[in-house]
Amino acid sequence: MSSPIRVLVAKPGLDGHDRGAKIIARALRDAGMEVIYTGLRQTPEMIVNAALQEDVQVIGLSILSGAHNAIVPRLMELLRQNEMTDVKVIVGGIIPDDDAEDLKRQGVAAVFQPGASLETIVEFIRGASQPVTTGQNH
Amino acid sequence: MRTTISGVPVDAVYGPEEFPDPAPAGQFPYTRGIHPNMYRDRLWTMRQFSGFGTPEETNARYLYLLRQGQTGLSVAFDLPTLMGYDADDPLSDGEVGKCGVSIGSLEDMEILFAGIPLADVTVSMTINSPASILWAMYLVVAEKQGARWERLSGTLQNDILKEYIAQKEYIYPPRPSMRLVTDTIEFGASHTPRFNPISISGYHIREAGSTALQELAFTLRDGIEYVDWALERGLAIDAFAPRLSFFFNAHSDFFEEIAKYRAARGVWARLMRDRYGAKDERSWKLRFHAQTAGCSLTWQQPQNNIVRTSLQAMAAVLGGAQSLHTNSLDEAYALPGEHAVTIALRTQQVIAFESGVTAEPDPFGGGYFLEHLTRDMEAGAQDYIAQIDGMGGMIAAIERGFPQSEIANASYKYQREVESRERIIVGVNGFTESEQQPIELLEIDRTAEARQVRKLEFLRARRDSNRVAASLDALRETALHTANTMPCILEAVRAYATLGEICNALRDVFGSYKETSIV
Repeated sequence: MSSPIRVLVAKPGLDGHDRGAKIIARALRDAGMEVIYTGLRQTPEMIVNAALQEDVQVIGLSILSGAHNAIVPRLMELLRQNEMTDVKVIVGGIIPDDDAEDLKRQGVAAVFQPGASLETIVEFIRGASQPVTTGQNH
Repeated sequence: MRTTISGVPVDAVYGPEEFPDPAPAGQFPYTRGIHPNMYRDRLWTMRQFSGFGTPEETNARYLYLLRQGQTGLSVAFDLPTLMGYDADDPLSDGEVGKCGVSIGSLEDMEILFAGIPLADVTVSMTINSPASILWAMYLVVAEKQGARWERLSGTLQNDILKEYIAQKEYIYPPRPSMRLVTDTIEFGASHTPRFNPISISGYHIREAGSTALQELAFTLRDGIEYVDWALERGLAIDAFAPRLSFFFNAHSDFFEEIAKYRAARGVWARLMRDRYGAKDERSWKLRFHAQTAGCSLTWQQPQNNIVRTSLQAMAAVLGGAQSLHTNSLDEAYALPGEHAVTIALRTQQVIAFESGVTAEPDPFGGGYFLEHLTRDMEAGAQDYIAQIDGMGGMIAAIERGFPQSEIANASYKYQREVESRERIIVGVNGFTESEQQPIELLEIDRTAEARQVRKLEFLRARRDSNRVAASLDALRETALHTANTMPCILEAVRAYATLGEICNALRDVFGSYKETSIV
């Protein structure tokens, strides 16, 4: 049987508006995923380190402050340096269309803008994560 | 069953139950308004929250808004300023000037208010953890303009409790933070009799996903906490209570919002008179600023946001607000552009000068539905207040995560209702359109960060570094003990110590706060 998808929900930068991050964390948990929420003010280094420790398949970043162009490229670079490019990165928040395209070109799997439904996000993560199959039943 | 946006059940029709006639506006407990004639005598202050990029750019926006008929200023600071970091701090990377204006020292504050007479214009500053430092900068700029502190009028947000509860822009742990707030209340009571040293805020609690009742109840309970600390400091209730001000959200459920403002006034007046024995009528009157609900703005069909904002602003006016900010149609995307902010200001002007709703205080007062909602809102707030009293006060409640989890539960429940289309949001989960028309957006100049960093370098090179170091040492020493920190902060500001340096001096003594995240 497949084990649940593991997701790290992270809130990078100085912004403290965590309503969205918390709703997403709860919705993914309700959808049967294992969710680790980092809490606030995480640097890209802290997030990549947590992703490594927690062995997640997906990192979800919530960014509302306009700092995504500084934060996301650093995070993607750190993932490359750590050979973690199989980890899918999704970004949610206030991301203008042009920036969303830029982020995708840098390897972000999806960008969810305001109004995106929880169901769409859950389905995207399910589709994008390779279910880990274990050799035997536990 | 039909419910308000906060999930409160609403019966089919309300009839004449046994509602006592509410006292007229201007009479205790001020349910119908704090002044007998309300807007017949004086309109609310139209105060658009604004700030972006460098102080030079924001100063130009302020001069523009004043020329357009705005009657007060409201400063939005960027995240590094809100969190007490200099523009050249590594943690500020990518954030300088993005969500507001970057203010790093007295020099930036001088630029921000160049050509704006602080003796005549009232200014509100949305700043919390470093509030006393930004206020000190403001006071020194006013002094340099020749304005006497006794004449200054305005508002410092300075509400740290709602940061732990909702917005999360805190630096130090709760108790030293409360000491800093109490320092400003005490300093204001003797130096700035017309300035509101605090704006006790429900706005951010609501934006974090609370119900209307939670917004009201947690805000009033925060107010009680500030009062208790000021009394503990030795201030007399009537020496500071008249200058406590409030800030509420103006959300979409029209009558529920009006009931919330009415209940706020009634509950606060009774608390002040009966719980604290305030004798001065001004201590009983709850004055508030309102801002339309940022969280209600949609990315889809953004022009609809003008309509949402108009209805929300109308609720604030019919609820007796003393000042008002109307959001701009583009704020689900970015900070407002000039065209969008002008429409938002015009919305207030249309309500004020065309709609006729200013003719009478509390025109819905006495209506069955509104009186019913008001009564339930008051009772619900009193229940929450008693519950938090039972926990030992708001700091204890925050430490056990009580308001945070109440809000998180309400927020998730609401989102689920939107998801299942029990609640329709026009353009988002109903009446959708496949094509989205692009709107014009404000672009923050990408060179703002570099310019702010360079300005700091020049400043550090030319100021008297011995005076800066001595002022920071004195501040650390004072922070270790119990004297009021404001005089030391004023001296550090006058010496052109930077915001980050002053906050770091206090971090040395108070430490930094880390919350336990509640999902």
